[in-house]
Amino acid sequence: MTYNILISLRQELVLTVLIFLLLFIKLGKDRSNESILNFINIALALNLAAGFCCHETAELFNGMFNTNPLIVFEKDLLNLAALIISMQSYAWLKDNKNVIEFYLLTLTSLLGMFLMISSGNLLMFYLGLEMSTIPLAAAANFDLTKRKSSEAAMKLILSSAFSSAILLLGISYLYGTTGTLTFSILTAHINGSPLQLFAFILLIAGFAFKISAVPFHLWTADVYEGSPVAVTSFLSVISKAAVLFTLLNILYKVFTPIANTWYLILVLLAAATILIGNLFAIRQDNFKRFLAFSSIAQVGFILIGISGSSQIGSASLIYFILIYIFSNLAAFGVIAVVSALTGKENISDFKGFYKTNPMLSWVLTIALFSLAGVPPTAGFFGKLFLMMAGAAKGNYGIIIFAALNMVISFYYYLRVVKAIFMDQNDTPIEKLQVPTVSKIAMYICVAGVIVTGLASVVYDYIYSISIGL
Amino acid sequence: MQEIPLSQILFVSTALFFIGMYGLFTRRNLITMLMSIELMLNSVNINFVAFNKYLFPDHLDGLFFTLFIITIAAAEAAVAIAIIINLYRSHNSIDVENATEMKN
Repeated sequence: MTYNILISLRQELVLTVLIFLLLFIKLGKDRSNESILNFINIALALNLAAGFCCHETAELFNGMFNTNPLIVFEKDLLNLAALIISMQSYAWLKDNKNVIEFYLLTLTSLLGMFLMISSGNLLMFYLGLEMSTIPLAAAANFDLTKRKSSEAAMKLILSSAFSSAILLLGISYLYGTTGTLTFSILTAHINGSPLQLFAFILLIAGFAFKISAVPFHLWTADVYEGSPVAVTSFLSVISKAAVLFTLLNILYKVFTPIANTWYLILVLLAAATILIGNLFAIRQDNFKRFLAFSSIAQVGFILIGISGSSQIGSASLIYFILIYIFSNLAAFGVIAVVSALTGKENISDFKGFYKTNPMLSWVLTIALFSLAGVPPTAGFFGKLFLMMAGAAKGNYGIIIFAALNMVISFYYYLRVVKAIFMDQNDTPIEKLQVPTVSKIAMYICVAGVIVTGLASVVYDYIYSISIGL
Repeated sequence: MQEIPLSQILFVSTALFFIGMYGLFTRRNLITMLMSIELMLNSVNINFVAFNKYLFPDHLDGLFFTLFIITIAAAEAAVAIAIIINLYRSHNSIDVENATEMKN
C-alpha cells in the first residue's frame, strides 16, 4: 500500500506544499497582502482539519518517523496555535511588504517541530530541533530597522547554538556508551553508568535551554521583549510546547531505566523555575517581558506534571498545553493588536484600558485569570491535573511549594487586571479598530479557555490516547 | 605503527569542547563567539567519529551524524552572520557589550 505513507505524513506534506507555493507566489506577480493572508489562514485551517481524520499508528523510514494518535493530536495543537497566531498578526502583517518571508520562516519552523515530535531516532530529533530554531532566530530579527529586534535575534541564535552544542555532546556520549541512535533499541542499553548519567544531564540541559527552565532561562526575557509580538507568541507557545512534547516522549519511552534519577532532576528544575519565574515577573513593566517570566513559571508547573511519570502525567501535560495555548495566545492577541496600532507595550500604558476598549479588556482579563488559575477558567483545571499527577509520587513538599507559588502568581496577574479596570489615567489608549480576523481569533481563544475547562470530553479524549511510563 | 587509544582522542575532544566554552564566555566579539561555538561542535564531531571507528565499526551511525552536524553548523553560521551584519548596521559595533538596549 503505497498511499499509506502519504496519509501518515499528511500534516508535514500540507505544510511542505504550502511553503513551496509561497515561494512561487513570491516569484510571481504582486498580490495583495490580504489575499495572501487569507490563503495561508485557510491552508492552516485545512491542515488542522486533516489532523482529525485517519488516526493510525505507523513507523516510517526504518523507525526514523513515528506516528500514532497522540502524536497526530500534538501536531494538531501546534497547528491550531500557528493558525491563531497567524490570524492575530493580521493587523501587523497587512501593510508589511515582507509578509511571505514571515510565513516561510515560521512555517519552516513548524515543519521542523512536526518532524521533531515524530522522531524515533536521535539524528532525526536533532535535525528537527535545528530546523525549528534556526528560522525562528531569523524571524526574531524581522523588524530589521529596530535595534531591539537585532539584539534579540543575536541572543537567540547564540544561546540556541550553545545549547545545541551541549545537547550534541550528550548525544555523542550516549552513542558512545550504547552504540545506537534509535529510541527503541536505546532503552535496552541504558544502565545508568556514570558516563550515561553525564550524557543524560547534558541532554536535559539542552532541553532546559529550549523550554527556558531556570537556570537556563537568561535569554528568554530579552529575546521575548525584542522580537515582534507574533514571533514572541510563536516562541513562547509553539516552540516551547513542541520541545515539551518531545521531552515527554524521550523521558517516558527512552530513559525509563533511570526514572528515579530524572524524577529528582525534574523536581529540582521545577522548584527553581517556578520560584525565579514568579519573583522576576513581579517587577516587570514591559508586557512581553512580564509574559516571558510568567511563561517561565508555567513551565515549572508543567515539569511537576511530567515528573509524575504516569498516564495522568502525560495527559495532564497535553491538556495543560492546550489551555496554555488558548490563554497565552489570548493575552498575546490583545498585545499584538495594541502594539500594531499604537506601538505601546508597557503595563502602565494599559491603565484605564477598560474605559476605551471594553472588549479587549475582557479578553485580556479572562486570559490572565486562566494563566493564574482562577476556578471557572480552564487554567485552574489544567494546574489541578498537573498537581495531581505530581502528587501521585507521594512527594507532597513540592506540591505545597508549587501551591504557595500560585498565590504569588495571583499578585502579579491581578495587578495587571487592576491597572486595566481600576487605575485612573488621563491619556488612556484610544478606541482601537480591531480587524475582524483578529477578533475571531480572540473569540476562539476565549471560548477555548471556558469550554476546555468545563467539558470533560476533552480531558477524557486526551487521557485515552496518552502514554504512561 | 601502534594505534592511538580511544581515551586520548576523547581527551582531545573534551579539551576542545571546554576551550570553546571558555572562549564563548570570555570573548566579547560576536564573530569570535561564533567561532567558539563551531569549536564545540567540532569536538562533538571528533567524538562521534572516534566512537564509531573504535567501538562500533560495523554501523555508520556516528559518521552520518557528523555529516549532518557539519551541514547544520554551516546553516547556523550563515543565519548568525546575517544577524550579526544587521546588528552592525544598527549598532555600528559587533561587541556584545554594546548590545545592551534591554537591561532590567
